[in-house]
Amino acid sequence: MGNSLNAWSDALAGFQPAGLPLGLLIIAAIPLVFIALYALTYGVYGERKISAFMQDRLGPMEVGKWGILQTLADILKLLQKEDIVPTSADKFLFVIGPGVLFVGSFLAFAVLPFSPAFIGANLNVGLFFAIGIVALEVVGILAAGWGSNNKWSLYGAVRSVAQIVSYEIPAAIALLCGAMMAGTLDMQQINILQSGTYGFAHFFLFQSPIAWLPFLIYFIASLAEVNRAPFDIPEAESELVAGYFTEYSGMKFAVIFLAEYGSMFMVSAIISIVFLGGWNSPLPNIGPIALNDMTTGPVWGAFWIISKGFFFIFVQMWLRWTLPRLRVDQLMYVCWKVLTPFAFVSFVLTAIWEIYVP
Amino acid sequence: MEEGKVLSNAAQESGAAYAVIHEKFGEAISAFDDNATMPFFEVLDTALWTDIALFMRDHPKLKFNYMACLSGVDYPEEGKLGLVANLESLGVFGHKLAVKVKCPREGGSIPSVAGVWHTANWHEREAYDMLGMLFEGHPDMRRILCPDDWEGWPLRKDYKVQESYHGIKVPY
Amino acid sequence: MQELEMAGQGSLRLSRKSDTIVVLEKDLSTEQMVLSMGPQHPSTHGVLRLECLTDGEVVTEAEPYLGYLHRCFEKHCEHVDYPAIVPYTDRMDYLAGINSEMAYCIAVEKLLDLEIPRRVEFIRVIVSELNRIASHLVAIGTYAIDLGAFTPFLFCFRDREHILNMLEWATGARMLYNYIWVGGLAYDVPAGFNERVLEFVNYFRPKALELQQLLTENEIFVKRTKGIGIMPADVAINYGWSGPMLRGSGVQWDIRRNDPYSIYPELDFAVPVPDGKLSVVGDCLSRHLVRALEIEESLKIIEQCIDKMPGTQGFDPRSAVPKRVRPKAGEVYGRAENPRGELGFYIQSDGKSTSPLRCKARSSCFVNLSAMKDLSRGQLIPDLVAIIGSLDIVLGEVDR
Repeated sequence: MGNSLNAWSDALAGFQPAGLPLGLLIIAAIPLVFIALYALTYGVYGERKISAFMQDRLGPMEVGKWGILQTLADILKLLQKEDIVPTSADKFLFVIGPGVLFVGSFLAFAVLPFSPAFIGANLNVGLFFAIGIVALEVVGILAAGWGSNNKWSLYGAVRSVAQIVSYEIPAAIALLCGAMMAGTLDMQQINILQSGTYGFAHFFLFQSPIAWLPFLIYFIASLAEVNRAPFDIPEAESELVAGYFTEYSGMKFAVIFLAEYGSMFMVSAIISIVFLGGWNSPLPNIGPIALNDMTTGPVWGAFWIISKGFFFIFVQMWLRWTLPRLRVDQLMYVCWKVLTPFAFVSFVLTAIWEIYVP
Repeated sequence: MEEGKVLSNAAQESGAAYAVIHEKFGEAISAFDDNATMPFFEVLDTALWTDIALFMRDHPKLKFNYMACLSGVDYPEEGKLGLVANLESLGVFGHKLAVKVKCPREGGSIPSVAGVWHTANWHEREAYDMLGMLFEGHPDMRRILCPDDWEGWPLRKDYKVQESYHGIKVPY
Repeated sequence: MQELEMAGQGSLRLSRKSDTIVVLEKDLSTEQMVLSMGPQHPSTHGVLRLECLTDGEVVTEAEPYLGYLHRCFEKHCEHVDYPAIVPYTDRMDYLAGINSEMAYCIAVEKLLDLEIPRRVEFIRVIVSELNRIASHLVAIGTYAIDLGAFTPFLFCFRDREHILNMLEWATGARMLYNYIWVGGLAYDVPAGFNERVLEFVNYFRPKALELQQLLTENEIFVKRTKGIGIMPADVAINYGWSGPMLRGSGVQWDIRRNDPYSIYPELDFAVPVPDGKLSVVGDCLSRHLVRALEIEESLKIIEQCIDKMPGTQGFDPRSAVPKRVRPKAGEVYGRAENPRGELGFYIQSDGKSTSPLRCKARSSCFVNLSAMKDLSRGQLIPDLVAIIGSLDIVLGEVDR
């Protein structure tokens, strides 16, 4: 496996016709296209259909067979919409807000290994980068909320910033547990350490009984980081109208939407990489039937990590259509008094496990 | 308040309740109108209305703790405006009694009972909004349903709607 | 006035539990911000506007402004005949049109001293209880939305649809029925109506239980509503609260039971009040629970009515409907238990005209909402939303 590692992305990076770094552009474009496609299909259409089935209804049915072209129609509508900037808004902040937000969620894709053969930037501090770059979203949200010059937006933005900054602490500590088990922050290395012929048994989640704790902590904290229910108070539609993007319309709104779905996939991919083996196949080799070997490879790798990501997105949607919303103070209570102490406990326990249990 | 107990509906005679009030206030209130649909008495000395209300609420034999309704009424032939308050002793005795209070049509005012029953707060505002009598001592005497700058008192019998409101033609 | 204030019954307890009081930064001077919630806001349930004075997330004062949906109901009443007022009452509480019609007809019939055929009374009770269930379903569903749970809302609307279909079949309209007339009904119910209603009752019973479990067994839902917006019983009575709101404060008071009308004395049903085990008596959760439990009682009432209902032999739904409604001079205050509380009509007749001299609607929502200012003091914005939702106001009835 080692020799094929990052083969595709390295080859692409070397593709420089006439001295132009065209290959690098393609590498950057791949996650962008991926986000757009996934947000269109699974994100919007999938969420609508999933919520519909959970609520005993059909969901979009009119545009195309089973409404599959509904999202395209929506995009067309959004493109045609007038791009309104409120008169009293801070124009600069209002315009760059969605951009910064999107860049924040998009940059983390650089270090996500989409397959054993493909990673945008094989940093040796990849996990650290992924945790850190999310903080950029906070700037975008604050810019959007403040720039809108709307009280509801301001409420949403301030709530959102408080929430994301708070929840980064348990989230980061939980990921640190995974990093400790791997002994590295390199995303590809973390994945390789979870490879093996027994499939899922090599995943960090099943390697130590303590790993379940940081796994759950990170999952809960990641919900808050991407503002999903039950932590969707920044955009609580029944309280704050639409939170920090109340004033946005047209393509700016679409960009915020895209960033949100981008972040959803990003945290889902990170949780699958750190705890569930990333692009590794969960199928074990059973005697002569080498299921694991058959389902391993660059293309299979991409399939597995995207499936795992989609599974977690499905769980996020499932929770959203099931649970009510927490209150602001309850949200902070969960973060500081429940998740953070438990994250520290799991951190210490993981350290002890790693040192004393072979 | 006896909570949880099925409240007795053996409504005492409204007349008995009236007798208690009459004993205290005598000539300040009118004779008892014992009709079948809505037994009532009228407060003749309008200034005493708040005292009567307080007495009705707190007297151990009356306990009219619940104001069901307060309606403002226009009496053009008498040249008066008035209110009809439907009171009830909810959960204590179960008796019901209506009270009428009247004031002159122009520049008249009625003492407010918003401090006696919270219900009266908004109902008095509504009566003021619709008929234009003032309630003395009301904590927040503003229009409630119509806009603050609306002209006239819509439920008066001689009400003529204003021609235009902020450039919008009103009569259609 | 000073004395009056002192004499005012009870005082509102701070409705925050002591362990969740939000401590603001002590030395940080903050400016209060005026936040206009509504008239276009997802959780004000219509066109209510709350002018909130906020200190961060804490609402220090919220002043309700009404009248955005004022349609001059009372002025209209003075210009149309008594029977022609019925359609206007539908448009007051548009979620429970039949109950409003019933309250109005009870008032006028009391003034006319009319004897109503027994079958008419049974049909009236069945359709009004059906409408009560439909209204409570909307109340529970939208309350779930207010707290961020979207799915219960659609479950509620799925079942409400069955009721609306049945009422459409019986009355010809989905929301604005004009079905109950002064002295009778517009039509008899269609053949097979009773069977369909029973079928619905059997279908809906488990669903109602499921719906209740979906919310009251949800930890987050309970956390969001328990101990929020507590209204003590004596203050609730002083505010004139009625219906599920008053029962939520622990007062077992139901006009169907305590001041009975129609055939309710013959029927066996309970008046549910919170027992304080799951909720704090008087809080938002209690009010929600009362509504959920009332659905079950309404189902019981419907079953009993269908059981006892007289047959159709020689039945004319309009046999007691007067050709011309012209009551003798007098006044009446008639009322009925609506899904939202006591809906009363004060009607004044001069004995000559065929339209009332004065017709005042005592709207339950109007009265319930008047406590908003006191309930909202010192709450967080999310709690404010929870409180408005638990009041279950219909602005059509508030503004009339």
